[in-house]
Amino acid sequence: MILTKAQYKEIAQCLVSVPPTRQSLRKLNQSRATLLSIFSQEYQKHIKRTHAKHHTSEAIESYYQRYLNGVVKNGAAPVLLDLANEVDYAPSLMARLILERFLQEHEETAPSKSVINSMLRDPSQIPDGVLANQVYQCIVNDCCYGPLVDCIKHAIGHEHEVLLRDLLLEKNLPFLGEDQLRAKGCDKTPDFILQVPVAVEGHIIHWIESKASFGDECSHHAYLHDQFWSYWNRTCFPTNIVTLCHSIA
Amino acid sequence: MAAVLESLLREEVSVAAVVRWIARSTRGSEDNPGEAAALSSLRPLRKEFVPFLLNFLREQSSRVLPQGPPTPAKAPGASAALPGRPGGPSRGSRGARSQLFPPTEAPSTAAEAPLARRGGRRRGPGPARERGGRGLEEGVSGENLPGAGGRRLRGSGSPSRPSLTLSDPPNLSNLEEFPPVGSVPPGPAGTKPSRRINPTPVSEERSLSKPKTCFTSPPISCVPSSQPSALDTSPWGLGLPPGCRSLQEEREMLRKERSKQPQQSPTPTCPTPELGSPLPSRAGSLTDEPADPARVSSRQRLELVALVYSSCIAENLVPNLFLELFFVFQLLTARRMVTAKDSDPELSPGVLDSLESPLFQSIHDCVFFAVQVLECHFQVLSNLDKGTLKLLAENERLLCFSPALQGRLRAAYEGSVAKVSLAMPPSAQAVSFQPETDNRANFSSDRAFHTFKKQRDVFYEVLREWEDHHEEPGWDFEKGLGSRIRAMMGQLSAACSHSHFVRLFQKQLLQMCQSPGGAGGTVLGEAPDVLSMLGADKLGRLWRLQERLMAPQSSGGPCPPPTFPGCQGFFRDFILSASSFQFNQHLMDSLSLKIRELNGLALPQHEPNDEDGESDVDWQGERRQFAVVLLSLRLLAKFLGFVAFLPYRGPEPPPTGELQDSILALRSQVPPVLDVRTLLQRGLQARRAVLTVPWLVEFLSFADHVVPLLDYYRDIFILLLRLHRSLVLSQESEGKMCFLNKLLLLAVLGWLFQIPTVPEDLFFLEEGPSDAFEVDTVAPEHGLDAAPVVDQQLLYTCCPYIGELRKLLALWVSGSSGRSGGFMRKITPTTTTGLGAQPSRTSQGLQARLAHAFFHNQPPSLRRTVEFVAERIGSNCVKHIKATLVADLVRQAESLLQEQLVTQGEEGGDPAQLLEILCSQLCPHGAQALALGREFCHRKSPGAVRALLPEETPAAVLSSAENIAVGLATEKACAWLSANITALIRREVKAAVSRTLRAQGPEPAARGERRGCSRACEHHAPLPSHLISEIKDVLSLAVGPRDPDEGVSPEHLEQLLGQLGQTLRCRQFLCPPAEQHLAKCSVDLASLLVADQIPILGPPAQYRLERGQARRLLHMLLSLWKEDFQGPVPLQLLLSPRNVGLLADTRPREWDLLLFLLRELVEKGLMGRMEIEACLGSLHQAQWPGDFAEELATLSNLFLAEPHLPEPQLRACELVQPNRGTVLAQS
Repeated sequence: MILTKAQYKEIAQCLVSVPPTRQSLRKLNQSRATLLSIFSQEYQKHIKRTHAKHHTSEAIESYYQRYLNGVVKNGAAPVLLDLANEVDYAPSLMARLILERFLQEHEETAPSKSVINSMLRDPSQIPDGVLANQVYQCIVNDCCYGPLVDCIKHAIGHEHEVLLRDLLLEKNLPFLGEDQLRAKGCDKTPDFILQVPVAVEGHIIHWIESKASFGDECSHHAYLHDQFWSYWNRTCFPTNIVTLCHSIA
Repeated sequence: MAAVLESLLREEVSVAAVVRWIARSTRGSEDNPGEAAALSSLRPLRKEFVPFLLNFLREQSSRVLPQGPPTPAKAPGASAALPGRPGGPSRGSRGARSQLFPPTEAPSTAAEAPLARRGGRRRGPGPARERGGRGLEEGVSGENLPGAGGRRLRGSGSPSRPSLTLSDPPNLSNLEEFPPVGSVPPGPAGTKPSRRINPTPVSEERSLSKPKTCFTSPPISCVPSSQPSALDTSPWGLGLPPGCRSLQEEREMLRKERSKQPQQSPTPTCPTPELGSPLPSRAGSLTDEPADPARVSSRQRLELVALVYSSCIAENLVPNLFLELFFVFQLLTARRMVTAKDSDPELSPGVLDSLESPLFQSIHDCVFFAVQVLECHFQVLSNLDKGTLKLLAENERLLCFSPALQGRLRAAYEGSVAKVSLAMPPSAQAVSFQPETDNRANFSSDRAFHTFKKQRDVFYEVLREWEDHHEEPGWDFEKGLGSRIRAMMGQLSAACSHSHFVRLFQKQLLQMCQSPGGAGGTVLGEAPDVLSMLGADKLGRLWRLQERLMAPQSSGGPCPPPTFPGCQGFFRDFILSASSFQFNQHLMDSLSLKIRELNGLALPQHEPNDEDGESDVDWQGERRQFAVVLLSLRLLAKFLGFVAFLPYRGPEPPPTGELQDSILALRSQVPPVLDVRTLLQRGLQARRAVLTVPWLVEFLSFADHVVPLLDYYRDIFILLLRLHRSLVLSQESEGKMCFLNKLLLLAVLGWLFQIPTVPEDLFFLEEGPSDAFEVDTVAPEHGLDAAPVVDQQLLYTCCPYIGELRKLLALWVSGSSGRSGGFMRKITPTTTTGLGAQPSRTSQGLQARLAHAFFHNQPPSLRRTVEFVAERIGSNCVKHIKATLVADLVRQAESLLQEQLVTQGEEGGDPAQLLEILCSQLCPHGAQALALGREFCHRKSPGAVRALLPEETPAAVLSSAENIAVGLATEKACAWLSANITALIRREVKAAVSRTLRAQGPEPAARGERRGCSRACEHHAPLPSHLISEIKDVLSLAVGPRDPDEGVSPEHLEQLLGQLGQTLRCRQFLCPPAEQHLAKCSVDLASLLVADQIPILGPPAQYRLERGQARRLLHMLLSLWKEDFQGPVPLQLLLSPRNVGLLADTRPREWDLLLFLLRELVEKGLMGRMEIEACLGSLHQAQWPGDFAEELATLSNLFLAEPHLPEPQLRACELVQPNRGTVLAQS
């Protein structure tokens, strides 16, 4: 789906104050995937901006106290989720924050990142049953962060790569895949390098990278910085195409 | 300036702030406000800091370095027809490089005022340079200087200085105090006056007559001179230029400030210098003073200064990187300290001014400082040649002061492949007759053609005679050949004959003087790698021996003047002797044309993505091509500069005042012989600085004194300065310049900035380049600058003076500071056992000569073709071997590894050990590579040569060309293969092993063969991402919070599971992580089903899922787990406390579904009974509400007691009567 820049801005404006839960997103009814994608990106930008303020030790402490008070009152209520929505922070990230704090209190040493990640993936490992339920609730209700969302994103990327490969095969365009490129010693590689460049709408295409997310300007720039320039610099593939599910025209 | 250093030493400001302060004109926002305030008051003096620092260090080290090896400053080479050294005290003479501590005539006119102003405690403020004054001064301060007179008698300027450094930093800015020319009688050859820095801006009209200063280390100090050599404190105040006045004010302020402050600076502990120890003589009898890290005085201060100094070097604030390194190496290898008897004991404890006590109080201090600085520049050191690295790594002082640095250097040495050969290859091949230009048709008449041929003969006769005689003592070019050359030139009447002759001259120049490598050069004269390409392993060793015997011992210190070594001398003398205006003009035209042509040459660019072995082969060739082009350019530019500026150079000092103005006005009219400014700008834009700048530097090095003042050239210098500043070695980023490329540019630019004709104020007065010197980034994405085109060989060839570092270290090892004995290390002929049998040496040499002779008689294109074919085929051969032999071996390795893993079980053993075993089995097969490679070259080369040469090539020529191509290609391929095949196999096998082990590793279940989709599958199944997302929605609905009207229909659930089955059966889009998450989600879903927690849409009465429906869904799940999941499914989670706990929340509780599920799991073999029992057992340990625990116990009893019932009794396990419809939506 292709939007104009103005349309995109308008949508992004509307989405600014929505929390990332299923319930609120139910309202974004039409063309759900695109809206969700836009929302997700806008939300991530928002979280990046505000991330730091939730990570001060005072903030963490107050969240933790509020959580404790909440579960003492009613362990079955969605304490953590409500807290996250109230302070406008991603529920999964809030869950991680509280879990870290909890483990710090209950175990002598600070928990390692891998332990935390593994507990978030499988809350059954969390020693405290109430917390486990609260964390699980946050994770399944978060549409932008958390292990499930990460997995969905990863799966989408993989699927698009497969689709792209099929298309290339169908069109009989010889290419080198990422694995072959890695084997040749490239450190950063695009998904596919065309062995013989092709022209698309007057542009010469040397390589193709599939990004299954909404190609708004900012993320486009970020990708350019993180990945594309380095392809450019390191691989001599001067021009390229980036396929995006949805993009600004 | 002193104030800055002071505040630094007092730790008022940080080093980083100071460096920022120096480097940038605008105050960085990152400065701490306090620091910024401290520094901003000193802003006008910013530019003077670096010269101050450098001179300060030089002065401080003067006690140590007199015994160092002679490091003559760049005196203008006689050859360059630059102004000669002054014979007397000709103040203001351009060419004279004053010594670092120039003996001066003492204008004592200014002396009284400061004396009067500062009294008492203030030491040495007066005109201490005067012996009398100094004595008086010492008397005033109550000092006793027993040894001073003796030292002074010795006449060496430097040793007596320490006493002075105690008193005050010299006022270097005072021109009156430091007249440019030392009245040093012209001493022995080694003591050329050296440059010092003049830090203060001087008034415009004096800028030309200003003393030339130089950062060269103090020259050897044995000039017998009765002159007092002191540098010294200066009379502040009278008659000083404005800059100095501010310096003085600053000094005063500092003084006041200091008197208010309590003493803070660390008191330097006075070392115990060996009093009265005899002065070291140069006879070589001196013993080295051992350096001991424990005896370093005022570490902190040294560290600070070292840090500032290092930062200045790192930021390219000093003009010449290698000169500073040379200085540091000198400190490192200082033999002994001249004793400082006058380090006043009374003074030391109370020194307030940390600058007033000597920085280097002992050898220990010097070495400590040197090591500190070297630590900061490890990266540069590690890129020096292997020999230097070895000497550094073996330096015992380094080991003693910094074992860590020594370790890194040793590692760098061991990893280094940068063997550098500095020998000039012998070459005197005549340029062959060029039929395309030298034929009759190109001459106006028979006579002209005939004359040209005769001239050609004369020219070669002259050349041969020069070769035979020029090394004989007493032979003089002009006397021997001058008249003949002029007679020959006289015959060149027609303009066209001139151009023919110039072409010949230029070709011969290129052919003879191009040192290493070179498609256009001679075969025998090429670099060692070409020799080895010809199969001359032994021959190579011979060359190395010859090199040691013949390499010039010294190229004239770290900053030699531009010279014409070797054959170049012939061409220079020829031009001078010919003194023909026409010839010079034609030569300039021709040189300019060739320079333009070569400079614009599109050099092949590296493909950075191809980082493996075989590209090394290609890359070597490209690097060599670059080296050839660069060296040719430098040579041509040097001669162009020489000829172009020849008319303007003379021995007389540069003009000043009005005369200068009129000369400037005149000269600015003259168009430049070659538009170097544009070429430079284009070079920078196209990111080809690494090619353009080195030859431009050669060109500019012959400029006369007026040139830098011309606007046109000033622009060039400013561009070069900015470039110099921007080449910060530590900033490496992709797409930017490579390290060695930068190093080359820094070396040549640094050298240029030390050339006498380049006014040094240019370097310091130029307002710091705006922070980012960014050339237009519109440049092509891949400039030459980013390609690793420079290697150490090229670096050292272009800048032989870098080799001085090595000589310095070698001198230290040999212990003969006096003799210029150079290296005295033996050559141990180690026999390398090459993989292939080598033909005998003599036949190889003969073969090579034959090949050369063959090419000589053929058109050059033939040679290029053969070399091209050999190059490509050799490279292809390596690629072919890699794709065939090596790939086979890797496959073998994989199957061997599989066997190993089977025999050794799951563990597989230590990967490193496995790798070793595999390599030891496989690497011997690498020997086949040579045979295969030879075969490949034999098969492929002849065809390629045939295809590329003209059809009409005679058969004999063709077959010779083919054979040579085969030989060269084979040599090239075999050389690479024999050197690298083992490493290559190893690397590939290692990669294969780690790949296999990874695939093996974490998920043994995943190892089992994954089934793909069935053949009929059309991949229309729902996408995994969609499914995860759908299931996630159901889960979040179930977990809540949810709106009252939310829920799922049983049909939807069924459909979802159906889709899940489809997706799992079509593997097209499924990746392992997605499958894992699907498995986990399905388990969660089952738990929710069991606990009846899924809100069902429908009429309110049917809020709960019907039993039958629930069971059907569970059945579907069971079959998915059993049939469709290929990865592991975390079924034990079904019995995790959290999931079982879900049941606790339901009221009334229903256990039948759980029991049903457990039984089915056992039935389908998805879980063992024991496993379930264990899980149930651990469930009991969790804390439950009382009634729940009871029910749980009943459940496990039931499960255990009724194991063999084929069909579960549905009602039997309903422990509590169902009470449907009471489950409320939770929100």
